[in-house]
Amino acid sequence: MTTQSTSHKQFLANLKKYYTFYTGGFISFVILVGILEQMGVPNKILGYMFLFATIALYAGIGFMSKTSDVGEYYVAGRRVPALFNGMATGADWMSAASFIGMAGTLYLSGYDGLAFVLGWTGGYCLVALFLAPYLRKFGQFTIPDFLGARFGGHLPRFIGVIAAITCSFTYVIAQIYGVGLITSRFTGLEFEIGVFVGLAGILVCSFLGGMKAVTWTQVAQYIILIVAYMIPVVWLSVKHTGNPIPQIAAYTTALPQVTALEKEFNDKTTVKGAAEESVRVIFREKAAVADAKLKGLEAGKDAFLAEEKAKVAAKVAELKAATPPADPKAVEAAEKALKDFPADAAAAKAAWTKDKGIGARAAPVKAHAEPFPAAGKTPEEVEKNRSVAKKNFLALIMCLMVGTAALPHILMRYYTTPSVHEARVSVFWSLFFIFLLYFTAPVLAILAKYEVYSSLVGSSFANLPTWVSNWAAVDKTLMSISDVNKDGIVQLAEIVIGGDLIVLATPEIAGLPYVISGLVAAGGLAAALSTADGLLLTIANAMSHDLYYKMIDPNASTMRRLAVSKGLLVVVALVAAYVTSLKPGDILFLVGAAFSLAASAFFPALVCGVFWRRANYFGAVLGMSLGLGVCAYYMYMTYPFFGIKAPLWWDINPIAAGTFGIPLGFLGIIIGSLITKAPSQEIQEMVDNVRYPSLDGTVSAGSAGH
Amino acid sequence: MQLTERHKQYWNINLRITGILLAIWFVATFVMGWYARELNEITFLGPLGFYMSAQGSLIIYVAIIWYYARYMNNLDKEYGVHEGELD
Repeated sequence: MTTQSTSHKQFLANLKKYYTFYTGGFISFVILVGILEQMGVPNKILGYMFLFATIALYAGIGFMSKTSDVGEYYVAGRRVPALFNGMATGADWMSAASFIGMAGTLYLSGYDGLAFVLGWTGGYCLVALFLAPYLRKFGQFTIPDFLGARFGGHLPRFIGVIAAITCSFTYVIAQIYGVGLITSRFTGLEFEIGVFVGLAGILVCSFLGGMKAVTWTQVAQYIILIVAYMIPVVWLSVKHTGNPIPQIAAYTTALPQVTALEKEFNDKTTVKGAAEESVRVIFREKAAVADAKLKGLEAGKDAFLAEEKAKVAAKVAELKAATPPADPKAVEAAEKALKDFPADAAAAKAAWTKDKGIGARAAPVKAHAEPFPAAGKTPEEVEKNRSVAKKNFLALIMCLMVGTAALPHILMRYYTTPSVHEARVSVFWSLFFIFLLYFTAPVLAILAKYEVYSSLVGSSFANLPTWVSNWAAVDKTLMSISDVNKDGIVQLAEIVIGGDLIVLATPEIAGLPYVISGLVAAGGLAAALSTADGLLLTIANAMSHDLYYKMIDPNASTMRRLAVSKGLLVVVALVAAYVTSLKPGDILFLVGAAFSLAASAFFPALVCGVFWRRANYFGAVLGMSLGLGVCAYYMYMTYPFFGIKAPLWWDINPIAAGTFGIPLGFLGIIIGSLITKAPSQEIQEMVDNVRYPSLDGTVSAGSAGH
Repeated sequence: MQLTERHKQYWNINLRITGILLAIWFVATFVMGWYARELNEITFLGPLGFYMSAQGSLIIYVAIIWYYARYMNNLDKEYGVHEGELD
């Protein structure tokens, strides 16, 4: 015991030393790039430096941690200290969506976006209280391992494998998409090439060293991503409020001013309010014209379409024949309108529905801090819409929280700590490190909003801030601005901002040099790569360990098992990259779906497995398949992408399908277990064993590390 | 191995602390969320309902996990179910 204790202490001390050196080295690298920038090296080269230096770094750590030991490959030899496991979990957890998307979602949806912040942090309470210590005591390799051992037979394990692969694969596509987006934006590489460059970095790491390499790389990635997130926000806070702690400044200084400006924009009697209204009037008119055309189309069909086209053609002829000659620009515009005129009724309907949608931009400014804002014609309707919004907000939080406590790639991390004691402490460090980013995102949203409301609105179009013109030139979906009412002054209603802009443009908004933009890109890349790493490993392990070794060939040699795992890793990565390059739909929905599926399939079985001795094989099979089945069925029936659009149950949106899957999963386990006989004495003893960190005073080593 | 009365007592205490912390978690998440509009009438670092969901509840979550780890690691020692000396 004492020798183990000293070696553990020594190991921890060494780790702290290495990562301190590493952090110092990384900061020096950033400073070096900063100096190069001052010397006039072009931004594109700086972007490449960040991209290749960080990927080479991750690959280097992967290479140094290469291993052929099963315990090291699957669970990092179970020697990852709580603090470092916390950082690795943080990086594993925080994806491209958290790093780049979160602040933008909050900017756009105000209070209602906080469902993601609450759901993705509060879930760790469930991990800590219900799962992490017990899974560590159980001490195997994967989550299906626990299901297989606890409930016996192949079926619970098999359902576990299917669920683990389904939700991890859905989630990994979102990550690889993020990798492609960042590499293409900051280096000018094609999206598809960006995907494969990033993938190469992921593969070298997990291929050579499995969980061991992934863990140490994730620690390095966490350090980069948190530094990259904090620097611009702190700077922005100092610039605007003089307070270097943005987490306080935003609430005391920026938010009251944002709220005051919102009121002013919505009040037609003020100067700013009147200017806003003049823009909204134009949008409302456009929407009304489009609406009239749609109604005409509905009534007159093709005849109406021909009539409308004739009007446009007549206008061209009129302008051309005019004396004195009309403004050539007006002629050109009229000709373009004729050329772009919808070819058939379906195209016309689509185009005019889109035009009608512009009416949404005429809506009053939403109050940032107001929970569940709702609109409606009568007070009763407002109240009804509000209660639907509130219900969906709480349902989404529940699905995200329970899903957090059920995603295999996160739970797996608690197998890697040296003891139950360390597993508990490690959940604390995990949430602490995640918390650092998550309690900063709402602050960044407020500070960015303050900047837009107070300095961008009211500035003149002739003299836009450089960050606005830069981003408007790069990508219209991120930043689009046009002088709708032709007064030469920017109004809020004239700006359309894409959510991802907030984090990406913060360094420029804060007036920081390009090197910090590069750093932010490197941070986003670290977030996406680290999550993809953990997910790919989970999928490959579920297939190689659970499916191949435990179910197909239990006599396979160690070498063969690792070879199968590594082979599968490459195959899964390539398939995932291929699917990503097809650019499938809505990323946020993919992520939400992964959480609802995991929550419905795993959480009831895992929790009952530990806390209810009576839960048995049949109950687990029934509960897991019922939970997973109902959740998938509801999403399939109601998510518009699948085209069925069945009516919603109790107004719950498809993204929160777990609202039905989770309780039915519990119900299935309870009923299924009670109608069949209690599990064997042996299994009940295993449950007891899992509940106590140690019944004989030793550390449970599991089957790894030997 | 046969469980002693002391072992059962340990498990019951574990269930109790888990239940209490879970109740706090529930209030910090769902009760606060339900009454967010009402809480916004109160001002503490901005409107309270907004502040709690953006920051306050998160701090409570971190505290819950910190307290549970500390409490259980002490309880292990008290009831003699801790694992050797690792740290």
